[in-house]
Amino acid sequence: MGPGSVSAFTRVFDALWAGTTAEFAWKLGPEMTHATYSVPPPASARSVLGHPVTRIEDLPLVTGRGRYAGDINFPHQLHMRVVRAAHAHGRIVSINTAAARALPGVVAVWTNADIADLSPIDFRADKSSEALKPFRQPALAHGRVRYIGDPVAVVFAEDPYLAEDAAELVGVEIEPLPVVLSASDPPGEFDPGRSGEAALLRHSYGDIEAALRAAHAIIELDLSTGRHSGVPLETRGAIGRYDAARDILELHGAAKIPHRNRETLCRMLDRSPSALHVHESHVGGGFGIRGEIYPEDVLVLVAALRLRRPVKWIEDRREHLMCANHSRQQRHLARIAVDRDGLILGIEDEIFHDQGAYIRTHGVNVPNRTMCMLTGAYRVPAYRALAHVRLTNKTPAATYRAPGRFESTFVRSRLMDAVADRLGLDRVEVRRRNLIAASEMPYTIAFNEPGVEELELDSGDYAGLLDKALAAFGWSALQQDLQRRRARGEAVGAGVAIFLEESGRGPTDNAKIVVDGTGAVELITGGASLGQGFETAMAQICAEALGVDYRRVRVIHGQTDLIDHGIGAHAARATVLTGGAVHVTAGLVRQKALEFAAELLQTPAAELDIVDGSVVRRDRKGGPSITLAELARRIAPGAKLLRGRAPQLAAHGWYNTDHTVFPYGVHLAAVRIDRDTGQVAVERFMVAYDVGRAVNPLLIEGQLVGGCVQGLGGALCEEFRYDQNGEPLAVTFADYLLPTLRETPDVEVLLTEDAPSPHHPLGLKGAGEGGINGVGGVIASAIDDALGIPGAVTELPLSPQRVKALLRRTQ
Amino acid sequence: MNEKIDITLTINGRDYAIRVEARKTLVDAIRDDCGQTGTHIGCEHGICGTCTVILDDAVVRSCLMFAVQAHGKSIRTVEGLADGEELHPLQRAFITHHGLQCGFCTPGFLMLAVNALEQNPDIGDGELMDILSSNLCRCTGYQNIIKAVRAAAIEMRAARAAE
Repeated sequence: MGPGSVSAFTRVFDALWAGTTAEFAWKLGPEMTHATYSVPPPASARSVLGHPVTRIEDLPLVTGRGRYAGDINFPHQLHMRVVRAAHAHGRIVSINTAAARALPGVVAVWTNADIADLSPIDFRADKSSEALKPFRQPALAHGRVRYIGDPVAVVFAEDPYLAEDAAELVGVEIEPLPVVLSASDPPGEFDPGRSGEAALLRHSYGDIEAALRAAHAIIELDLSTGRHSGVPLETRGAIGRYDAARDILELHGAAKIPHRNRETLCRMLDRSPSALHVHESHVGGGFGIRGEIYPEDVLVLVAALRLRRPVKWIEDRREHLMCANHSRQQRHLARIAVDRDGLILGIEDEIFHDQGAYIRTHGVNVPNRTMCMLTGAYRVPAYRALAHVRLTNKTPAATYRAPGRFESTFVRSRLMDAVADRLGLDRVEVRRRNLIAASEMPYTIAFNEPGVEELELDSGDYAGLLDKALAAFGWSALQQDLQRRRARGEAVGAGVAIFLEESGRGPTDNAKIVVDGTGAVELITGGASLGQGFETAMAQICAEALGVDYRRVRVIHGQTDLIDHGIGAHAARATVLTGGAVHVTAGLVRQKALEFAAELLQTPAAELDIVDGSVVRRDRKGGPSITLAELARRIAPGAKLLRGRAPQLAAHGWYNTDHTVFPYGVHLAAVRIDRDTGQVAVERFMVAYDVGRAVNPLLIEGQLVGGCVQGLGGALCEEFRYDQNGEPLAVTFADYLLPTLRETPDVEVLLTEDAPSPHHPLGLKGAGEGGINGVGGVIASAIDDALGIPGAVTELPLSPQRVKALLRRTQ
Repeated sequence: MNEKIDITLTINGRDYAIRVEARKTLVDAIRDDCGQTGTHIGCEHGICGTCTVILDDAVVRSCLMFAVQAHGKSIRTVEGLADGEELHPLQRAFITHHGLQCGFCTPGFLMLAVNALEQNPDIGDGELMDILSSNLCRCTGYQNIIKAVRAAAIEMRAARAAE
């Protein structure tokens, strides 16, 4: 849309005033979808939006009054324990449950035969594909076990300790089958006659053959990212409860995408959405892996229905490390063609994606995101990527914070460093030459393949951010300092990585707001909170539009019985999309407040404002005013003032968009390698990130630093390794090493607002994944530099053993 | 193994008379038998520190102790930190410095830090870093946790000096 459309938002507001809920949907829909907005004001012109205020979530959490899945209990509940496969691949010969059943206090023991009519765990509606269906995971293994940890049987007992005793009495006889442990080995057989290569995916555009022919240099790299995952501090948990009096089935302990999960569960259990409620309480970290539907979620629901008692399941840490989604493991055979000046002519990549034993709820989202985002912030005229999605006898893999982007940024960064080395150019300079320029925005990347969504990069000054980051980090001085230290024999180096993020994908979200007669505001969203500060961010957006104290806004999320639609919290969407809906809805309430106040105060609405919860005259202090509480009472149902108009200081609004917004960032790091141990110390790290407009810089900084440290885990120490039989070697926190305070640098954050999204009314872009995206790439770059061997790093994580092996090459 | 034993746990100054199996962990007893769910379970093998409580002036991982071993001892948990509505300086500092996100590890970190500052109010930064490195957090990247603890330490020292 052209410049004339900047007022689309206002027009919609005008059109909407006095509309009913049903009208909002269709009126808002078509007009809002392609809207372009003017540049939003900075925080200094706002009362609370954009300010680093403290969180409304914190009080219960610091006083021990949180309510996580483990804290939820119902009278007469049963406890569930899962019996898991001890073989990575094998045919189930027999399962003997007699001894477990005989234990007093055990109510039931099930195997697949007991739930034969239950469909395997289904894909989300938008990720569904007929061709992938045979690879879905049954709630309990059917015929074969495919990874160590695969649920084989399940015990329900009066007490959790007893359930565990009983589970140990279940005898499982397995006839072992050959295991496949590498996605780049020839694929195995998933079932007789069915290949373990579940899908072959393609993304391409431009003439890659011509690019290769015309190249001054072609560089080929063989690169791998390690298997690691989100590993939240709270393990998973699920409580199923059937309310027979109302015929309602409830799932408690849900997270991330309660509404979408309800859709899938309704399909699997053949219930209507109004008869299945999903409830989110406090959530101890998500990171993409929590809140997807797993076998245990379905099992507690089926058991609650059949056993007519609430059923509680809390995962233990060993189970979590063996069974919750893994991620990241890919091998890339990548090549890049460049001209004499280092300008990219084309990139080609063959990807082997280690999917693990089944395809879970996301389908093939991760390899698709990998291919889609691989070219990043660079101008790449020709591109061809091919991804083999292969099943292996390891824990199933799916999304983890910055899915496909952590991986592809590692690959792209390695390629750029290799180009610099081959052509004798500076690593920063070769990047700068290839960045898409601010003047080229919006920049569209369209793929040949039907159904593959094009990327329309909305706004950004990538080179501008790179320059700011280098200056703030003192890059030039650092290079001299590192050179001096290297001359003294230290193994120190610096790295750079540049990345693109994506967030706020549509199409739509909604919110409901009610201001009650006490002036308290209830904001009901279909969003979800994973600890990221969702409530505070939504309260700020709502409070800004309504002119109230953000602490008076009670934010509801993750309750499917209170609002019909919701997008949850994933893919850095919550603040952007749900925030858009809150902004629209709060605008509607504001409009309604001003209209009625205009009547009561005998002043035109245009001359009124809402300040500190009261409607006041814009132009002067004092004079007539009315609080929102009073106003809410004056237009309560049945009030005379209404004269046929809808009661309540309330609205239900929708925000629609068909645009994804693209934040971007630069990571810089300086590392020191201990030559004796191979240990890498990260001396400095900077995350420079353009967020468009920040809702709350304090929370965004928290997201960026937290993500960065998670990324350091995946780059340096976290790895799910397996032995040759498919036995997982990291099933405790003694083997799976999360970074502690000691391994963590003081992460420097440079948060910029140079490129607000023109496709969002508040200019917002997501911030959940910008801290982690480039960490693999930048650490690899820095370690190369420290070793003095360009291209030395080809795989992650850079554990001390791997770094020791690289160090031997320097001797 | 399933025989139950009568014990009394004293949590935040209040006695809880409970009957538990000898194998029941302290953290399970605190949560399930005494209803104090502020203490969380993160790994059940003594590494993450989420279940940290103070037992007679020492920090312990309550997943690594049996409830019966705590009989007659004084246990402090996160629920006992605030004085009525008045938050402990560390609780306030965690809020001010955004030292928590999901909040799951927070009670463990609070108890760890409370004990460290009580044992040695003038604790040096190196020792503080060492102590705080014994618990895991997956959200914050630790930066704001250490900021919060440093700030609370200064505030507590100043309050002590003013007394």
